[in-house]
Amino acid sequence: MSDLTKMSAAQLAKAIAGKEASAVEVAQAHLDRIDAVDERVHAFLHVDREGALAAAAAVDAGEVTGPLAGVPVAVKDVIATKGVPTTAASKILEGWRPPYDATIVERLRAAGTVMLGKTNMDEFAMGSSTEYSAYGATNNPWDLGRIPGGSGGGSAAAIAAYEAPLAIGTDTGGSIRQPGAVTGTVGAKPTYGGTSRYGLIAFSSSLDTPGPCARNVEDAALLHAAIAGHDWRDSTSIPQPVPDVVGAARLGATGDLSGVKLGVVKEFAGDGSEPGVLSAFHESLEALVKLGAEIVEVSCPHFQYALPAYYLIAPSEASSNLARFDGVRYGLRVGDDGNRSLEEVMSLTREAGFGPEVKRRIILGTYALSSGYYDAYYGQAQKVRTLITRDFEAAFERVDVLVSPTTPFVAFPFGSRTSDPYQMYLADLFTIPTNLYGGPAISVPCGLSEGLPVGFQVMAPTLADDRMYRVAAALESSVGTLTPPAL
Amino acid sequence: MAAITREEVAHLARLSRLAVTEEELDRFAGQLDVILQSVARVGEVAADDIPPTSHSVPLTNVYRDDVPVPCLTQEEALSGAPDAFEGRFRVPRILDEED
Repeated sequence: MSDLTKMSAAQLAKAIAGKEASAVEVAQAHLDRIDAVDERVHAFLHVDREGALAAAAAVDAGEVTGPLAGVPVAVKDVIATKGVPTTAASKILEGWRPPYDATIVERLRAAGTVMLGKTNMDEFAMGSSTEYSAYGATNNPWDLGRIPGGSGGGSAAAIAAYEAPLAIGTDTGGSIRQPGAVTGTVGAKPTYGGTSRYGLIAFSSSLDTPGPCARNVEDAALLHAAIAGHDWRDSTSIPQPVPDVVGAARLGATGDLSGVKLGVVKEFAGDGSEPGVLSAFHESLEALVKLGAEIVEVSCPHFQYALPAYYLIAPSEASSNLARFDGVRYGLRVGDDGNRSLEEVMSLTREAGFGPEVKRRIILGTYALSSGYYDAYYGQAQKVRTLITRDFEAAFERVDVLVSPTTPFVAFPFGSRTSDPYQMYLADLFTIPTNLYGGPAISVPCGLSEGLPVGFQVMAPTLADDRMYRVAAALESSVGTLTPPAL
Repeated sequence: MAAITREEVAHLARLSRLAVTEEELDRFAGQLDVILQSVARVGEVAADDIPPTSHSVPLTNVYRDDVPVPCLTQEEALSGAPDAFEGRFRVPRILDEED
């Protein structure tokens, strides 16, 4: 492995700006690393060698500048990239080349980054392990027999395996943070509406949030700053300035948390987590106290209903959003023999194109929205969402941020949670409340359990994304970053 | 008691335009039953007087200036179509012969 692939995004940007390394050299080093390891990791669904080298050459020629000029980035395959295959890891979009770029892809380019390719995920971002990808799972660089988390397991694994220093994920119920936790990397979900959804293939529109994946907190903040901000093409985009997340990460890295109050959610403290996860979490709390933070126990009594509410709201929105895959405008069409009707062709196309978890969620969402069940399921889940938001608001009157383990268990072996879909859903137990509330949250590595990474989650109030970066960077300054065994 | 029956799953699959197999119906009915019994816990919360939240961002009626900007060309818009004919999306027949 060349040193270029081990460098942070901040270091690479500096080296390229100072002409110590060329952007082409940096891109080539990462493409070589992908060639060397991705057969085993399978983080990428598509590698855009020509595009990456051309973008890097433009940086070297001085045609492209920006704060991350020449820094490679991998993009989750649920995000539209003009002319570059975009499948959302589904057979229904196999071979689709979007005719436009997502806003965040435009912004990545404006920041000077070099896109290496598209990363693997659970189909349509529905899952916690990448086992629901239609193109085969991604393997965790820490142990190739275990899951890399999901849905954004490809993005997290790519950076953990040094195939890219930065990656973009999307977080609907934990799809950035849980993969970050189980691969020993940093993953941040910005405030909902803080990053544009234009060009993101919709799963659950009131929850989907694109965000950064990186190997350290400062790099995550740099990527966050590059993609965030108002977008007129997304009407849920927040028309307010982006908090200074980079400044907050650098402040946190000084290791001083004097006067910062951390709320430990009582309801997340006990049952459900593996003992090794809990002990790493408690050691992290002690480390944060040594940096000056104060620990306050808070109660969020409705958090226990977040998972059930989420699994009504998200599938309901998905059942509507995924109606667009009808075999007419893009993607697969099956059974069009000249005799069958549109409806028959549509049903055969969707049956052939969607995987089992997507079908389950479409059926579940259709059920929850049906007349007769709407009030008891979808309507009630929306009320519970209000109560969860009130729990957050009450907690943030007493503390600056809330903290918890990111996910109850370390990376699990393949196949151990696919037979009972609800067991898979439990991976998102601690990440989902934030999505329902809409605030920002970050997962930062905090230690090992059974030799596998554990993530520490920091949840902040809406639009206070800077706060979570400060606390995460402070923890990182104390416990350090994690390095997986050599592949 | 099962929260959802095999017949209901078949009906929902039809509404969702999914030509599921018999084997899938058996499997999904069992799995969805487990999921529904778990998510039905939202009903334990007393929330009659609680307003629903559909969205976390308190934005309503988002307007912008009506400024013309470039859009996709016809060729670009059709570039991903499974079947196109004379600049349009071609679809299978929508009406029955006797209609």
